[in-house]
Amino acid sequence: MDYATLLQVLDTTLRLATPLLLACLAGLYSERAGIFDIGLEGKMLMAAMSAGAVAYLTGSVWLGLLAAIVGSLLFAAVHGLASITFRGNQLISGVALNFVASGITVLIAQSLFGQGGRTPPLEGAARFNPIKLPLADELAGVPIIGPFYAEVVSGHTFLVYVGLLMVPLSWWVLYRTRFGLRLRAVGENPASVDTAGISVVRLRYTAVAITGILCGLAGAYMSTGLQAGFGKEMTAGRGYIALAALIFAKWRPWYCLWATLLFGFFQAIALRPDVIENTIGISIPVPALDALPYILTVVVLAGLVGKAIPPRAGGEPYVKER
Amino acid sequence: MGGGRPTSAAPSSRPFAIELKGISKSFGPVQANKDINIAVPKGTIHGIIGENGAGKSTLMSILYGFYKADAGEIFVNGNLTAIPDSQSAIRAGIGMVFQHFKLVQNFTVLENVVLGAEDGALLRPSLAKARKSLQDLAQEYELDVDPDALVEDLSVGHQQRVEILKALYRQAEILILDEPTGVLTPAEADHLFRILKGLRDQGKTVILITHKLREIMEATDNVSVMRRGTMVGTVKTAQTSPEELAELMVGRKVLLEVEKKPAHPGKVVLSVQDLRVKDEIGVERLKGVSFEIRAGEILGIAGVAGNGQSELLAALGGIQRAAGTVTMNGAVLPLVGADANGRARREAGIGHVPEDRQTLGLIMDFTAWENVAFGYHNEPKYQKNSLLMDNDAIRADTEKKMATFDVRPPIPTLAAKNFSGGNQQKIVVAREIESDPDLLLIGQPTRGVDIGAIEFIHKQIVALRDAGKAILLVSVELDEIMSLSDRIAVMFDGRIMGFRDPETTNERELGLLMAGVSGDAA
Repeated sequence: MDYATLLQVLDTTLRLATPLLLACLAGLYSERAGIFDIGLEGKMLMAAMSAGAVAYLTGSVWLGLLAAIVGSLLFAAVHGLASITFRGNQLISGVALNFVASGITVLIAQSLFGQGGRTPPLEGAARFNPIKLPLADELAGVPIIGPFYAEVVSGHTFLVYVGLLMVPLSWWVLYRTRFGLRLRAVGENPASVDTAGISVVRLRYTAVAITGILCGLAGAYMSTGLQAGFGKEMTAGRGYIALAALIFAKWRPWYCLWATLLFGFFQAIALRPDVIENTIGISIPVPALDALPYILTVVVLAGLVGKAIPPRAGGEPYVKER
Repeated sequence: MGGGRPTSAAPSSRPFAIELKGISKSFGPVQANKDINIAVPKGTIHGIIGENGAGKSTLMSILYGFYKADAGEIFVNGNLTAIPDSQSAIRAGIGMVFQHFKLVQNFTVLENVVLGAEDGALLRPSLAKARKSLQDLAQEYELDVDPDALVEDLSVGHQQRVEILKALYRQAEILILDEPTGVLTPAEADHLFRILKGLRDQGKTVILITHKLREIMEATDNVSVMRRGTMVGTVKTAQTSPEELAELMVGRKVLLEVEKKPAHPGKVVLSVQDLRVKDEIGVERLKGVSFEIRAGEILGIAGVAGNGQSELLAALGGIQRAAGTVTMNGAVLPLVGADANGRARREAGIGHVPEDRQTLGLIMDFTAWENVAFGYHNEPKYQKNSLLMDNDAIRADTEKKMATFDVRPPIPTLAAKNFSGGNQQKIVVAREIESDPDLLLIGQPTRGVDIGAIEFIHKQIVALRDAGKAILLVSVELDEIMSLSDRIAVMFDGRIMGFRDPETTNERELGLLMAGVSGDAA
């Protein structure tokens, strides 16, 4: 593989890793607070459709982004209601919401646009366009670093940079703020938070809302950044891959970045089977490449690469004990 | 002893730190607290004693804002105070150390102390301030803990100190401790009582909830007795006796000492040589244990929970793989492989009352009669023919056992979870004793069991011994070990530290062995 091809693959990696990263961080907040969320997929799908539809109708990608967040928050609220207020089973709630999202997004898009559940293609201000970072042209001549900066780092859409900035921000929130301390505590032992006089319910709703917002960004990126418009089931399991990445990342923000970049890299090379064949001399079937993230997750879960210990109170509704 | 401090003087000279008036609380049909009145003078250690389910913990949870009372008033330092949640309790200067610690296991001590009492949105300043304040508290009250240690790496005694520090950091003037010594060695418990007396001498008020009479007598100034949700009375500790308190708790005279005749040990029933157990991550939990038990003898295993007693019971009961040699009535028992299982052990004449009756002894959602059949469901007396079980026979048998062991209510079709702790334990004990084993393994026979039922279960154990059976008793309650055993083995860190004769040893000596100090390692 020559350097230009490598840069192409890395560029694609970053583009494909972004929705995974945003969704992975979304899951991080919820799961750190003790609410398992298998419904990342559904929220992303809902957000992608909302963004695509509103951006097309208004011509403004920013209104589309807002709609994506609102749509995703709506689903997050239902999940919160089911799992926090009514202490229901978090897996069932998440799976149900995924099914609802799968159907309702197509239904709405079809009734609005009548194009078989798609939104019409977005153009101009209705989608996020690549941003050229400062000095990209000036540095392009510098060997190695120049092309890397110009090709891989620069030239992405707004939400890619938002995703990357969310990583240090999440780390800071989680480990350097009062809110982060309480969030981590409520996912480990809600009784400790409750007896300290802090509302478990409010903390968990806040976490679930943050999850909703980040899933909104992830979904909006799908339909207005990565692609130009919403299509049926366009998230294609990314919510689940993000969950796998979250486990791989052991519920830590920086690890989330590395995990999603790795999974993004697999997706990128799955798009370029020719590159692999040229590099290692063997042709690997694309489905096998697609399966790599899941195989990795199984390896992690089996405890082969260190132990992934989920937040201890995860998945369990908090009931004051007698 | 804390006697001699004036407590009934005029309220003006010694105001009440806490006064509860007419507190009532129901959980569905169960009335946990009925019109409770109690007054706790400032600067005293006030004991609240009662059987399990008497309503002590409920009352204190109401005071800490964890539950809301259905009726009644709370006065703190003479002022009517509404305590709708824990935050209000903390603001009123009340701190609570729960029986099950409310700590975040993978946080540091510092983070646990700061949680909920942060000074601002950023952590660093709060942590720095807490670090300073922990140093001061440690010096003042013998409360040393490494502020940067992870809670999961601390011993239970130290975890408890973290809980106390949490309360003191929040400026608690009134400290409630719920059954604080259940998990401590005698030495740790003594240390705790020293801390509490230090707090009292600094003018703080301590409320100590316990069911252990000895602790009340040792540590408190006054004691209030609860029975079945009502307050029976408050007395000065110096003017009462354990016998009187026990009678107040139960409502009738109780024998605190177990009556038993001298043992007449016969032939060796169980012989254990160099028994070793590794846990699932390969850590050795039982490091070569050897002993014998004879017919007509009770061997008591003393020790702080987690020093290998559970593994010993599990290995002998056939639910844990082990290495070594175990002979039962002269026959060698397989310790690994398919033949090492609970059923095979029962067939070899070993009855097993597991330590945790709710997970290993019973299936809580199943009925009493189904639970009575478990483990013995293959017995011919429970079979109708080669295919079907004779459920009527099991039910009839259960009724008989319930009558013999005084299980209340005597309803075989009631689910196990609907019996009280004591009656659940009676069901398990009835099942195992009535199967007429040559050896009975019995773990924590009276954990979570009220005094009346304790007396009954102890009598049954002694009766089984007198019938010429061998008994291996594991308990963290030193009183129970001392009063029941014919010989005592003390375990520490997976080994037996030594054997003692209950007639000639004392709690101090056993306590040192339990802490791993001295002893003639076997």
